Amino acid sequence: MSESIGLGLLIVGIAFDVVGCIGLVRLPDIYNRLQAATKCVTLGTCMILLSVVFYTGIGPISSKAVLCIWFVLLTSPTGAHAIARAAHRSGIRLWEGSFMDKYAEDHEGTEDKV
Amino acid sequence: MKRFLHFLILLVVWVMLTWSVHWQDLLVGFVVALLAEIMLGDIFPTGVVKVFYPRRFFWLVVYSVDFFWYVILANFDVAYRVLNIYLPIRPGIVKVRTRLKTDMARTFLANSITLTPGTLCVDFVGDHIYVHWINITSEDPEEETELIVRKFEKLLERIFE
Repeated sequence: MSESIGLGLLIVGIAFDVVGCIGLVRLPDIYNRLQAATKCVTLGTCMILLSVVFYTGIGPISSKAVLCIWFVLLTSPTGAHAIARAAHRSGIRLWEGSFMDKYAEDHEGTEDKV
Repeated sequence: MKRFLHFLILLVVWVMLTWSVHWQDLLVGFVVALLAEIMLGDIFPTGVVKVFYPRRFFWLVVYSVDFFWYVILANFDVAYRVLNIYLPIRPGIVKVRTRLKTDMARTFLANSITLTPGTLCVDFVGDHIYVHWINITSEDPEEETELIVRKFEKLLERIFE
């Protein structure tokens, strides 16, 4: 029973990871790509780790998997935020089809020199 | 007291990693946790202990359920946008305002915004958050704040403030 749950979680997790990777290729600029990368890859990876927990039962491997879920949930959005901020501050503009950019309006001329 | 709690958390993480209660492993974990606490104890965020009050902990559980629901929604949202042939996006960076004051609450808010449908936190300046939104539906700052921030702010206020 727990093996079938693990298998189901594994399939769904990989499906989400694949969608995230397609997003990395299809979306137009770094900010949109980060959106796909953080959301889909976070949930996909967490589901794969959770499937490990269901496969192996309570033990040394699953306790590490649970810790990994916690760290991925904490670090992945923080990393995305750092990358987005660094990209904007080093002067990478939004995609030309973008609707508005309040950050550029408020921080005109304060980009870090590269 | 606060430092002792940090030390205990570090020791629990160590035991989970090694998965052994042999005295040698515990001794090494004790030394490592103590060293980490002595060197890095000052930069741990304040106010973590508050979360363990029963009433706040209840709201933390409510928040976690709410949060996971939005994470799943976010994934289907991204899947819909990425797999659609016409790529229905309308991206841009908007500026929203938050009422939260403590660092811990703001960290949780920013991480929640990043993991929920269509939004990505770019920068925090004063009380304002710059949010990259993949599909802008309104141009009014008040309405944007309502849509992006309020749903988490109410719960986070009860947990951390």
